Amino acid sequence: MVTAPEVSGFVPPTHTPMVALRVPEPLADREPAPETLEHAFELHGLSAWYGTSQALRNISFDIPKHRVTAVIGPSGCGKSTLIRCLNRMNDLIPGFRAEGHVTYHGEDIFAATTDAVLLRRHIGMVFQKPNPFPKSVFDNVAFGPRINGYAGDLRALVEESLRRAALWDEVKDKLSASGLALSGGQQQRLCIARALAVEPDVLLMDEPCSALDPIATYRIEELITDLAHDYSIVIVTHNMQQASRVSDLTAFLLAGEERTGELVEFGPTRDLFTTPKDQRTEAYITGRFG
Amino acid sequence: MSVTAADRALWRPRVEQRRRTGRGFVVLCYAATALGLLALLVLIGDTLVKGAPYLSWDFLTSYPSRFAERSGVLAALVGTFYVGLIVIVVAFPLGIATAVWLEEYAAPGAVKSILQTNIGNLAGVPSIIYGMLGLAVFVRALGLQRSLLAGGLTIAILVLPIVIINSQEALRAVPSGLRHASYALGATRWETVRHHVLPAAMPGILTGTILALSRAIGEAAPIILISSIAFIAFLPESLLDSFTILPIQIFIWVSKPQEAFHAIAASAIIVLLALLLAMNAVAIVLRDRARRGTRW
Amino acid sequence: MISVADTRVASARRPPRPARSLARRRTTDRTVTALLLLATAASVLTTFGIVLVLIFETFEFLRVVPLTDFIFGTEWTPLFDPKRFGVLPLVSGTLLVAGIAALLAMPLGLVIGVFLSEYAGARTRSIVKPFLEILAGVPTVVFGYFALTFVTPNLIRPLIPGTDVFNAAAAGIVVGLMVLPLVATISEDAMAAVPRSLREGAYALGSTDLEVALRVVVPAALSGIAASFILAISRAVGETMAVAIAAGSTPVLTLDPFRSVQTMTGYIAQVSLGDTPQQSIEFRTIFAVGMTLFLMTLALNVASQVIVRRYRNVYQ
Repeated sequence: MVTAPEVSGFVPPTHTPMVALRVPEPLADREPAPETLEHAFELHGLSAWYGTSQALRNISFDIPKHRVTAVIGPSGCGKSTLIRCLNRMNDLIPGFRAEGHVTYHGEDIFAATTDAVLLRRHIGMVFQKPNPFPKSVFDNVAFGPRINGYAGDLRALVEESLRRAALWDEVKDKLSASGLALSGGQQQRLCIARALAVEPDVLLMDEPCSALDPIATYRIEELITDLAHDYSIVIVTHNMQQASRVSDLTAFLLAGEERTGELVEFGPTRDLFTTPKDQRTEAYITGRFG
Repeated sequence: MSVTAADRALWRPRVEQRRRTGRGFVVLCYAATALGLLALLVLIGDTLVKGAPYLSWDFLTSYPSRFAERSGVLAALVGTFYVGLIVIVVAFPLGIATAVWLEEYAAPGAVKSILQTNIGNLAGVPSIIYGMLGLAVFVRALGLQRSLLAGGLTIAILVLPIVIINSQEALRAVPSGLRHASYALGATRWETVRHHVLPAAMPGILTGTILALSRAIGEAAPIILISSIAFIAFLPESLLDSFTILPIQIFIWVSKPQEAFHAIAASAIIVLLALLLAMNAVAIVLRDRARRGTRW
Repeated sequence: MISVADTRVASARRPPRPARSLARRRTTDRTVTALLLLATAASVLTTFGIVLVLIFETFEFLRVVPLTDFIFGTEWTPLFDPKRFGVLPLVSGTLLVAGIAALLAMPLGLVIGVFLSEYAGARTRSIVKPFLEILAGVPTVVFGYFALTFVTPNLIRPLIPGTDVFNAAAAGIVVGLMVLPLVATISEDAMAAVPRSLREGAYALGSTDLEVALRVVVPAALSGIAASFILAISRAVGETMAVAIAAGSTPVLTLDPFRSVQTMTGYIAQVSLGDTPQQSIEFRTIFAVGMTLFLMTLALNVASQVIVRRYRNVYQ
């Protein structure tokens, strides 16, 4: 359950080059052993192009279920491209091409038999800038279930989704108010509720806090930790402290001169941040570049 | 959260059905667009077919007559030309000057927004109302009678809002950095506008003025109120003479019951459309030429 | 080492300070500003002119004809005896033609707008947009000619044999074609202004293209689309030449589109073309009708501006 932060005891996260590692409590007792976990996604040699320029090269790693996996790296390294491949949102960009395999629950998502529309229902996405529809709060959350033909109790589903997104208490009396009338942090939680309403099992989050103030950020980070019990979460972030606070595993991407992103290192967050295996990883997390 | 089999049954995405509806809509889109395109093609085609046989040099150089075979558009063409000239001389300087004042001089505030709204509303006033204004002010009050000058001035006032709005857009498109650079060198506002902003906005302004001129040439409603639609079988020799214009001539011939006049109306339409086509082609050429001269 | 002698020579070689030139530049600047302001006055004078003329002439008209007769009367026969001055037949003719035009242009224009905004690629757009511009640029007399000589004999009469030569339907159809580009381009602009992120949010929930277009983009752009509809009606109401040629000159209060009617603009044209003496009450009627027309189109234009201003979505 997410509670509001106590203002007196709250210390906003600082952006210092030296990593102040703070392992969140709920994850401390988990044994991050990726080899023994079931996988939400398995990436084999994923490469991607926008027209003639290559954005990703040969990305291979496995994203486990019911964990938070962070994707970090300097800007332009292809993090967003990577997660947008996972729910085939890049299909919307003309000139985009992907090669390699990404397996979701055993199925290749790039196969011709895979329906992207159906896939996207099971893989939810939250964007960098909150993008609620100019509809009421209720209609925002109900949009996904309605188009996917939900035949159950819609009101209950909307309430459940808003509860899971830690927004119910704040909007329960104004469900018919416009989604745009909420604050930035509330809008982002509304977008999370909207994504949860279609009952996905994966949640992709593309820098979900970068447009929010520190307090809203903190609440969403708590929410992410909570959601990981029920969903598999992949979060892209340029904020290393956030990655270290929130994630179980981290993938570090880096782009060379050709601006093509490659996977440098992937492993349990604690290990990657305290004893990185690659010197480029160490250089990034100690702030020597990025 | 585990999704049980019962939960899964609650979801009926019916993707294939939704996709099919989507494809149907795309067909509807193409049909709608094709319908519009077809309507335009039929309009032009029908006019060409009916009017082309009567197009001849004689047609272009004769006056209207009681006999359709002997009628021509000379008076109308000349009248259209003179009206266009008056519009250029009157509406363009006034319109561009207004646009310059609104964009470069006016401080944002109540005055500017009232003026702006006023111009927007004027652009939406039916053209026949402008005819009433012209009748009361130019024909009667200023004593110009039903003359070429009265008609030209009325049309000029009609297209003035269009010239203003188009010129404003062209001025707005000029990057403010250009103005700042000029001011930083100590230029006055007029010097900045005259030497930097106006030349930069010229392509857009030119295109806009040709658009306004096209509109002016095709307008007939105000002239119905201004001109005496009597038989104009002569050329206006002074600004105070009676006159006729191409759209009015077309209107007169279409309104006659005889089929023969409908046919030459079609020929006159071809002449009018050709004139508009030529003007727009000139506009495009001018715009490209001017554009090549300015590089940011 | 600079000596005093050096500086004196140096100042002699320096160009004279342009003090007088600066003053002249300032005067030029002020003069130009005044001239520009004067030019701007033209647009203000136009509005005053229109309003004053209409008010004055309508006032003179209302001194002879009671306002209630004018507004509520159902017969319009100012040129024949017994003279009746009820404007409703003209208004109904106008609304009938405008209504048919709207019925054609609104759905067609909206679909074309959705198509251009959400579906069409660059090549398709490069064909469709110029065609819309051409359609918008054809002079209205041409549409009138088309209505009378093509639409009525070839499209309407074969379907509805009893149709009059002049009828509201033909006029309505061509006026609809005339305002179609207006609806399409303004709707398209409104939809293009909807941020891309909204569409992505909908796709990410598993929407198809159609659902994104119709359930997210169109509702988000609704104020602009509504404004385009209202502007189209306003244009249709104010249209003169096409209706003067094709709709007829029989003022009658009717909903039947297949018979001859007369619109407000058609009546004004008819009287102007005739030889009614200018100072007579019969001639004054055109100003009273003109005032009605002006108020209607003004109300519609203002309504469209208000709708856009109040209901346009502001995205953070």
